[in-house]
Amino acid sequence: MMKRMIRVGVSIAFMMAGLGLSAQDLLSELESAESKQQEYTTATFKSTRLVNGQTMETKHKGALEFIFAHRFGAVNEGIYELFGLDQAYVRLGLEYGITDRLGVGFGRNSVDKTMDGYVRYKLLRQGTGVRNIPVTITGFGNMAIRTSPKKEDATFDITLEDRISYTTQLLIARKFSSRLSLQLMPTLVHKNTVDATIENNDQWALGVGGRIKLTGSLALTSEYYYRFDVPDANPYYNSLGFGIDIETGGHVFQLVMSNSRGLTERAFITETTGQFFDGDIHLGFNVTRTFQLKKER
Amino acid sequence: MNKLFCVLVGIGTVVSTYAQKFTTEKSSIVFFSDAALEDITASNLKAISIFDATKGEVAFSVPIKEFEFEKALMKEHFNEKYLESEKFPKATFQGVFEGYTVSQGGAQPVTAKGKLTIHGVTREVVIPGTLEFSAGKVVAKAKFIVKLEDYKIKIPQIVWQNIAEEVEVTIEFNYQS
Repeated sequence: MMKRMIRVGVSIAFMMAGLGLSAQDLLSELESAESKQQEYTTATFKSTRLVNGQTMETKHKGALEFIFAHRFGAVNEGIYELFGLDQAYVRLGLEYGITDRLGVGFGRNSVDKTMDGYVRYKLLRQGTGVRNIPVTITGFGNMAIRTSPKKEDATFDITLEDRISYTTQLLIARKFSSRLSLQLMPTLVHKNTVDATIENNDQWALGVGGRIKLTGSLALTSEYYYRFDVPDANPYYNSLGFGIDIETGGHVFQLVMSNSRGLTERAFITETTGQFFDGDIHLGFNVTRTFQLKKER
Repeated sequence: MNKLFCVLVGIGTVVSTYAQKFTTEKSSIVFFSDAALEDITASNLKAISIFDATKGEVAFSVPIKEFEFEKALMKEHFNEKYLESEKFPKATFQGVFEGYTVSQGGAQPVTAKGKLTIHGVTREVVIPGTLEFSAGKVVAKAKFIVKLEDYKIKIPQIVWQNIAEEVEVTIEFNYQS
């Protein structure tokens, strides 16, 4: 009789166990059923510009960005020039996303009256899921035509070819967390015509930069370009810049300070005239406004 | 004696496997924000759910990154600034449907009671909706309001005219057994 009771008891226990099994957490059951999908990192930087130079970001498909950038004179020019605010160098530009990975843009910078056109393409996208990809790599190439000086003012018989320079960059970035993103920018600037006593036609540089996000809409940025094999007589300095990104809806405001005043790669990477720590600092801003021309859906 | 044992274990197994579970065949989650300057709507077709009709238990999981917007920049801000989807990739619900009869045809009013987690914040909620049973299938529909403040979703002052403080969420799950 006793044995029988035990057996019944054991059976009931089994039955309860069976019931208990089915009552397992539905949510964890859901999670185990989910299929793995490739997820790409988004918003490594807020803008296509870090300080003066490019970020690896491309515009989304069908998005048009208007970029209005401004650099004042140097702050060490003193009160007479209102610490540089009396002068202004401007670049007006447009960039358009043909696909989420391919973008084109053009602009004009008042420094050396330069017109530039460029293409950028995201070669590799940081992501997790099916494949773990640690970085995003964007290829960037531009051509810039410096339209100053006028032909009659030039010291030699200047042709269109002499005015042209090219920049090729790889923009390699990793978003380490939602707070921290870092970027490396190996760069080649080619100028068709140079003063060979002070510079080479091909100039290599390596840029480093990054951002630290303080709040959802506010970030600190910084950027530095180191130039390799610079001839002794070269009068230019490496470009250094710091910025604050403020984002409001479709606008990004970037308040910057830098020893560069030019806004095309040739001008700020290879022809920066200011010495940052001597106070040759140009205040400035980039304002971008994005318009969605084609609807996503 | 052994027979009794077998029968009891048998009943246990049958009861546990009989639990009628439905999984999502199709789903749609849409939210709508009606603010002073801008109406924003986004939809997500990637949510998944399980509904156990014998016990009434239900759970769903919504991948935040899969909400699609009219403007790509809205999607970026939604993920990056408001829902912080890198930190909180999913919104989930776990609870029970109450007040339905499996055998009854047509849409019947029910309530879903349970824990709704959005942006890492979990709250007890009661959501009114409907359930409709047909051969091997169930359709669940609900429409409710989510207050952003309740889930610690912060909207900066500067865009408060573009984003409503409350958004209307419309859910539809099509289940099959």
